[in-house]
Amino acid sequence: MPDRLAVRKTYKLYIAGAFPRSESGRSYPVTDPKGRFLANASHASRKDARDAVVAARKAFPGWSGRTPYNRGQILYRIAEMLEGRRDQFTDELRHTGASKNTAAAEVDAAVDRWVWYAGWADKLDAVAGAANPVSGPFFNFSTPEPTGVVAAIAPDSPLLGLVSVLAPVIVSGNTTVVVASEPAPLPAITLAEVLATSDLPGGVVNLLTGHRTELAPWLAAHMDVNAIDLTGALPEHVQDLEDKAAGNLKRVLRPAGDWSEEPGTARLTAFLETKTVWHPVGI
Amino acid sequence: MTVFDYAPAPESRSVVDIRGSYGLFVDGEFTGGHGEPFKTINPADESVLAEVACADEADVDRAVRAARTAYDKVWGPMPGAERAKYLYRIARIVQERSRELAVLESIDNGKPIRESRDVDVPLVAAWFFYYAGWADKLRHAGFGPDPRPVGVAGQVIPWNFPLLMLAWKIAPALACGNTVVLKPAETTPLTALLFADICRQAELPPGVVNIVTGAGDTGAALVAHPGIDKVAFTGSTDVGRQIARTLAGTRKRLTLELGGKAANIVYQDAALDQAVEGIVNGIFFNQGHVCCAGSRLLVQESVAGEVLERLKARMATLRVGDPLDKNTDVGAINSAAQLARIRELSDAGEAEGAERWSPPCELPSQGFWFAPTVFTGVAQSHRIAREEIFGPVLSVLTFRTPEEAVTKANNTPYGLSAGIWTEKGSQILWTAQRLRAGVVWANTFNKFDPASPFGGYKESGFGREGGRHGLEAYLNA
Repeated sequence: MPDRLAVRKTYKLYIAGAFPRSESGRSYPVTDPKGRFLANASHASRKDARDAVVAARKAFPGWSGRTPYNRGQILYRIAEMLEGRRDQFTDELRHTGASKNTAAAEVDAAVDRWVWYAGWADKLDAVAGAANPVSGPFFNFSTPEPTGVVAAIAPDSPLLGLVSVLAPVIVSGNTTVVVASEPAPLPAITLAEVLATSDLPGGVVNLLTGHRTELAPWLAAHMDVNAIDLTGALPEHVQDLEDKAAGNLKRVLRPAGDWSEEPGTARLTAFLETKTVWHPVGI
Repeated sequence: MTVFDYAPAPESRSVVDIRGSYGLFVDGEFTGGHGEPFKTINPADESVLAEVACADEADVDRAVRAARTAYDKVWGPMPGAERAKYLYRIARIVQERSRELAVLESIDNGKPIRESRDVDVPLVAAWFFYYAGWADKLRHAGFGPDPRPVGVAGQVIPWNFPLLMLAWKIAPALACGNTVVLKPAETTPLTALLFADICRQAELPPGVVNIVTGAGDTGAALVAHPGIDKVAFTGSTDVGRQIARTLAGTRKRLTLELGGKAANIVYQDAALDQAVEGIVNGIFFNQGHVCCAGSRLLVQESVAGEVLERLKARMATLRVGDPLDKNTDVGAINSAAQLARIRELSDAGEAEGAERWSPPCELPSQGFWFAPTVFTGVAQSHRIAREEIFGPVLSVLTFRTPEEAVTKANNTPYGLSAGIWTEKGSQILWTAQRLRAGVVWANTFNKFDPASPFGGYKESGFGREGGRHGLEAYLNA
């Protein structure tokens, strides 16, 4: 007989800065690799996905309108909060089967990667923008801008993979709907708790747990989603998802990547537009 | 002719030798095609210019194989500095043969010689010069220390700027070390075939540039061919969608430059005569056959009456007619099909309650012609405010506040371009930041330059052409 009965956590969704249950009332059991019950996770529905897109769209003008310095500050704040929950994330990763050292190393890598991306906020314009020497009496410059609402199917690397997908999308001012790893969704909701307490405006990140095969097609076909990251999509679904994404000519980032590797800038630039502004020069 | 009329000032056709029939350009040779040959006509008088071979799937396959061999054996391994010299050669020959190219472009397309001579062909030369210089500097372009070419590019281009779109596609592809199979539009294939001759004159290795002529089936065969690594398309949003679907799951790279419905915003403090010139240039340049045309005029209510008055006065001076006349401002509509579409949408504008106006203007009896047209009293829900017309048809809407202007401007699935007219710098930047469009012209319109990235947001496509950004589509970083 234990001295004390544990208080179990109820895992929910993260939409518009709040933690609602799925409107469908469904949940699914999450187990460790040995099949032992860990917790119930919300099983998001199509309606939840649509609500999340609405929240992301609503948050877009405010988030993209912040100064890059401010976005960088908020992302760095998230890294601070991640670091503060280091032990909790390590525990959660151990439940997915990682050894203590591996789990701790992955948490460290995730925090460091978040810090790396946070620093990009106020440097993207310098690296991805240009002053163009056109042959005429014009001043002409190109600046990168966020593409809008980005849907992301996160890979099954429960923390490092999730962070690697999420940070480059939002650091430039995009807002997002992320479908967490289906077999290992719990660190994602803990990450959402970090986001909710990090000055990140509600709706910038919306996190869904549930079945990728149920949620991804609706996000790929959604006419108010501007881009989709298929990193965690199953290979057999990629063709269908790309086909659906063609409906409104979404930008598509195809599955690729080993999460232990150093990230380049490809994930940042995949969700940027380039705007070129011309003005005559004269007196 | 009255005393004050312009005398005709026709450019001579004698600089161009149009052959009776043309073949495909595959592996450095002109060859026949196995599809049904088609005729290209002069849209200004409907006369047949030439019969052109049509590539079927087997011909496309032959072209892709030639491009692959050239990529593997010659062009891919070649040092960038050598590739650069070929591109510089092409640029020089384009300059040397500029008169010939301009006249042929105007004959086949219907655009005024003033534009093909002063805009299209000089830009074509500039594009090759610009990208020639990148060929040996790719490591410095910001796409990693060892960017590699993608391989064989399949490129499909439209009829509105036949030669310029060819240059936009071929110059960066070749600079990066790719080889290409390009399909020009079926109504305007002649300058692409003249370009093939320029490639031979430059002694470009066989197979580096291949040109397959034909219509939609030829383009579809090219896009679907398993031997190509990258597709670049400029054209309608509907076809762009089909191509994206064709490529779903294939890992082929894709860039799309699609339609637009640009807002040209005139604030009350704009220099109105300059704004009117910009409005005219925005929608009547190239008969409005421009994906980034300023087809929605958003004018601040307080100056709407005055702007319209000046605009109508200016439109009355536009000279519509013979594309080869050096005084012509507005040439012929490219094809009967396009003319039918412009008529259909204009009729829909009237049927939906907008008020239509054109200057008094006598149109030639032969050929495809449409008078410059302006619609007032247009609502955002009207088809003429929502759909791309691709003709000399301007829809006028009004606004009261800058916020309203931005909201209306962004109220479209397209996002290619926009215009802003105001004397206040901070207002330009405020507006430009809020417009969801890839190119914003402030106090100017329809300017292009190879050093300057061009491309759309939203359903106007993805990827950029021009500048350093334009290299990305053709490199594996």
